[in-house]
This record gives sequence, C-alpha cells and structure tokens, in this order.
Amino acid sequence: MNWIYEPWPWYVSGPVIAFIMLLLLLVGKNFGMSANLRTLCTVCGAGKNTAFFNFDWKAQRWNLVVVLGTIIGGFIASQYMTTDLAVAINPETIATLKTLGFESAGAQYLPIELYGNNVFSDPKNIFILALGGALVGFGARYAGGCTSGHAISGLSELQLPSLIAVIGFFIGGLTMIHFLFPLIF
Amino acid sequence: MRTLIYLVIGILFGITLFKSEAASWFRIYEMFQFQSFKMYGIIGSSVVVGLIFVQSIKYFKIKSFYGEEISFTPKNKSFSRYMYGGIIFGLGWALAGACPGPMFTLAGAGYLPILIVAVFAVFGTFLYGLLRDKLPH
Repeated sequence: MNWIYEPWPWYVSGPVIAFIMLLLLLVGKNFGMSANLRTLCTVCGAGKNTAFFNFDWKAQRWNLVVVLGTIIGGFIASQYMTTDLAVAINPETIATLKTLGFESAGAQYLPIELYGNNVFSDPKNIFILALGGALVGFGARYAGGCTSGHAISGLSELQLPSLIAVIGFFIGGLTMIHFLFPLIF
Repeated sequence: MRTLIYLVIGILFGITLFKSEAASWFRIYEMFQFQSFKMYGIIGSSVVVGLIFVQSIKYFKIKSFYGEEISFTPKNKSFSRYMYGGIIFGLGWALAGACPGPMFTLAGAGYLPILIVAVFAVFGTFLYGLLRDKLPH
C-alpha cells in the first residue's frame, strides 16, 4: 500500500482522470470545471445586469457539488495520503527556478515564495496571484473551457475548436514562462 | 443519491489532481520548460483513454445510468475565440500555476493564498461576461 503515499505516476493519473470524465458522461453530465466560475458569478447576483450570467444556476448545482468534492479530495490527499510534500522536479528546472528566486523549488508542493501564508502581507505577490487568477477566469470563459473541458473532454471528442484552444494554452504558457517570467521575478 | 455520486466523483478528482502533482505550480513550470514528460503523460494518457471511452459510447450507443442518450454537442466553429481565449488562459495558467480544477484541490489542501487566485478567477469570468459583446468570437 506504500504506493498510495508516493506521487502517482502519469500512467495511473491520466487514465483515472479519463475515468472521471466517463463517470460524468454516464450520469448524464459533462466534465468542465471552469463552468463553475460562471455559475459562481450568477450565484453572486451578476445575472441582474449582464445577460451572460442570467441563467438558472440551479441546473448547474451538480457541478458545484463536484467542486465541493474536489476541495474535500485535496484535503484528504494532502492530509492522509502524502508523507512527503516535495515535488521531485527536474534538477535543471530547480536550478533555473533558484536563479529566479524560488528557493523552495524541489522542496515543497507549491513555491512558498508565492503560496506561503506570508504573501498576504506582500502586495507584489498578491498582485501576481490576482492577475494569474483573473487571466485564467477570463481566458477560460472566452475560450469556452479550460484544461478539463477542452484539453481532456474536447480532444477526446476530436473537436477541432478544442485543439485550437489547447494550442492557445501553450502559446500563452510558453510566452509567460520564457519571456515574461524574467521580467516579473 | 445523485448528489452523493457527484460528491464522490469530485473527491476522486481532487485526490487524483493532488497525487498526480498536476496541482503543483512546479509541475506546470517544468511542463512549459519541456523538462519532464510527466504532465504530457497525464494529459496525453487521459486523452487517449478518454478517446476510447467517447468513441465506445458513440459506437455502441451506450446510454447513461438513467437510460438517457449520451449526446456530444459540437462546439461552435470559430478560430479567434479559442485562440485568443486560449492564449489568455495559458498566460494565467503558467503564472498562477493552477487551472480551475487544481485551484479547488489546493484550497482543500490548505494553501490559503490560492483563494486570491480563485476569487480573481471568478472576477475574470465576470469581466469576460461584461465585455463579451465587444470581443471577437
């Protein structure tokens, strides 16, 4: 049973994610996490003056339950199924990250420079996290889906729009890491 | 009962995201540096297995557990919304190191600053809703 405490290899994780998509299809739903961000806008009352958010959010309640499960799953996995939180990334990657000031590379699950609790008193890091989140939310809805809806479901359905979106994800991601990171960090 | 099924599916998803390390900012950075196969293996194998599932559902006309037909809606044909939206999403994905699924997983794992990312992801979605009619689609 020791394997359960270790990081799961890709050939376990990938098929399990596909199985999650299958389960959702078999209960008559579909796999898409970013749709919940729109639902949350509506729950907060955004439908009053914006047509895009004026829909019956209760029809999306099932997906909010999936979100709740995802939160609980993160708790269970981190508290009871992991002994060593360090992510063993490539030593070259660790070296590059250290030059950018990420001393926690290779020793943590998330960089404490960005996700440690002391960032709440650091305006620059709050701005970085806020900007990252806003881009994710804006981009996912503009593209009509995120990693789950486009990269996993859409590509599994051989949908061309999803392939275009995934190419876009990579253009954006590569631009951020190779051209913008040196300016930001 | 149905609610319980959604909850169990979500829990399985949250555990998998965390244990696969797909929810780790470091793995996302490493992926965009092309210095590990892991993320490509996760996404690639889920697409290959997912493809087999979806094609089987279509070929054998498999119905849902409740006897309803499983339908796949073709996404609207367009280039600009998928490309522009995708690029904006990718910029945020690489910066925050989290996409909408892992955001919630990390909140459950107790990383409180991820809540800043999540709240602003909702705000970004709201901003899109406001500007939607002015954007090329």
